[in-house]
Amino acid sequence: MSVTTLPTLALAQRQPSWLVRLFDYKPFLIVMCLAPAIGLLTVFLTYPLGLGIWLAFTDTTIGRKGVFVGFENFQYLLTDSLWWNAVFYSVVYTGIATFGKFALGFWLALLLNNHFPFKSLLRAIILMPWIVPTVLSALAFWWIYDPQFSIISYLLVDVLHWRTTNIDFLGSPWPARFSLIAANIWRGIPFVAISLLAGLQTISPSLYEAAMLDGASAWQRFRYITFPMMMPILAIVMTFSIIFTFTDFQLVYAITRGGPGNSTHLLATLAFQRGIAGGELGEGAAIAVSMIPFLVFATLFSYYGLARRKWQQGESND
Amino acid sequence: MTDTAAQPAAVATTPPDTMAWDSGLRRLMMIYLPLGCFVLILLFPFYWMTITSFKPNAELMNYKEHNPFWISSPTLAHIKHLLFNTAYPRWLWTTMLVAIGSTTLSLIASTLAAYAIERLRFRGSPYVGLGIYLAYLVPPSILFIPLATVVVQFGLFDSPLALILVYPTFLVPFCTWLLIGYFKSIPYELEECALVDGATRLQILRRITLPLAVPGLISAGIFSFTLSWNEFIYALAFIQSGANKTVPVAILTELVTGDVYQWGALMAGSLLGSLPVAIFYSLFVDYYVSSLTGAVKE
Repeated sequence: MSVTTLPTLALAQRQPSWLVRLFDYKPFLIVMCLAPAIGLLTVFLTYPLGLGIWLAFTDTTIGRKGVFVGFENFQYLLTDSLWWNAVFYSVVYTGIATFGKFALGFWLALLLNNHFPFKSLLRAIILMPWIVPTVLSALAFWWIYDPQFSIISYLLVDVLHWRTTNIDFLGSPWPARFSLIAANIWRGIPFVAISLLAGLQTISPSLYEAAMLDGASAWQRFRYITFPMMMPILAIVMTFSIIFTFTDFQLVYAITRGGPGNSTHLLATLAFQRGIAGGELGEGAAIAVSMIPFLVFATLFSYYGLARRKWQQGESND
Repeated sequence: MTDTAAQPAAVATTPPDTMAWDSGLRRLMMIYLPLGCFVLILLFPFYWMTITSFKPNAELMNYKEHNPFWISSPTLAHIKHLLFNTAYPRWLWTTMLVAIGSTTLSLIASTLAAYAIERLRFRGSPYVGLGIYLAYLVPPSILFIPLATVVVQFGLFDSPLALILVYPTFLVPFCTWLLIGYFKSIPYELEECALVDGATRLQILRRITLPLAVPGLISAGIFSFTLSWNEFIYALAFIQSGANKTVPVAILTELVTGDVYQWGALMAGSLLGSLPVAIFYSLFVDYYVSSLTGAVKE
């Protein structure tokens, strides 16, 4: 509408001009531009977030509006060994998987930072685990972890003769837990590696040249140049990674659904089992809400923990 | 596999006379060998998925007589079963529809929002930007239970429209931040010129800013498409009937039946479900990498 009025000034001053002028009025335009995004986020993010916290304090079930019950849901959770199991496994899962992802991802980023042929092709291939739907690659892992026809067991038993029996990946608690962590690390490496590679490429080569002239060893160059320079981007990537690993759902739901014997439930899968599958919306919401303190703590820890190091570096340098 | 790669390296250790040999070997051991292992491990599940999809059931369950790493008599039976005996085409169609719908919606919303935040510059615009960024940090696992009740309230339960409306909650924050970065790189002078020439703000957005931000729009678009294609938890919680499910949910809930898993069909389904994003990805690799790293750097 506004476009058609531009060529003829006379037309613009007549009938449609108030509309054009309205859309050129900055406050109105700002509101109009922000309305779709803010509207969507308010209705489908802020409101549900508040509603979720409210639901956690009610005894709502599917089909029945609940009443306020105070901290009852949370008191129940504190006595619920399944919830404690889920908290324990969520922390272990996040801790080991994050460590694995960052150790291996950083290593991969350092490797990719070298010059070699077909580098961009390799970089493209490496992102594949991250691009493909997680559930679908999780299914492939499920098949790889099959008790009878696992290809890893085949490799270890029939090809390498290191073992005599098949590995029971998903049949007992600890092997199942570590199998899931391995799958999570596999999926997370590409994101970490490519993000950190972008950070590595911003470090000026002159820093390394200066350090080499001063006789710094490869380890010292890594320890005193690469690592401190990577701190800011590490902090951000790690914050993201911790949040989305702690609240992970897909991998566990696809591979074990919390089994065997509820040993691999994460808080998210437990919330789903109680809230949606079991219909206890209030209790499910309470489990979901119980993730928030962990998330806030993890975010603050990874962000400020790492950023503080950066400030120290800055102060000592200036 | 790794063993065979290590053997030539071990052989090469014997003549370490010249510097060139030494550094070449060092490079091999320090860079190519670990890189080879990484690529092998990162790609193996896909290889395994592909090879399983084309294996006849007899080969699938018999490692003694057939080498499991290769197919002796490839078959299309699993894919045929998937396409003609299940609702797989329907699931693909639903997923496509949901992905395109939510991507379009989020692109429109986030382009306007990013333009307002970055270019219309009002008091408090950084805070609005920060608020939208914080929305990205709210994981779906916390939201899906209350969102399920919201979806029921709106009468959208079991409808793909619910997914189209809900997916922007994680797409809009991402796209907005990506586009803010792109708008920043467009010189402000261009807009000032147009303002002086009497163009309206909307004309500036349509004629000047958007054409210059096309790479950013492509990045945001393909990224949103991929994220919505891969989304799982909302689709699992909000869709009940078999026909309306998206591919990731349908494979897990409709194809996994009973105690004997149809691994051939499952892997064929996973392969077909991964293919659209994989093809999309191979066409736009650079956009993916730039949006991934761009979003992190912002």
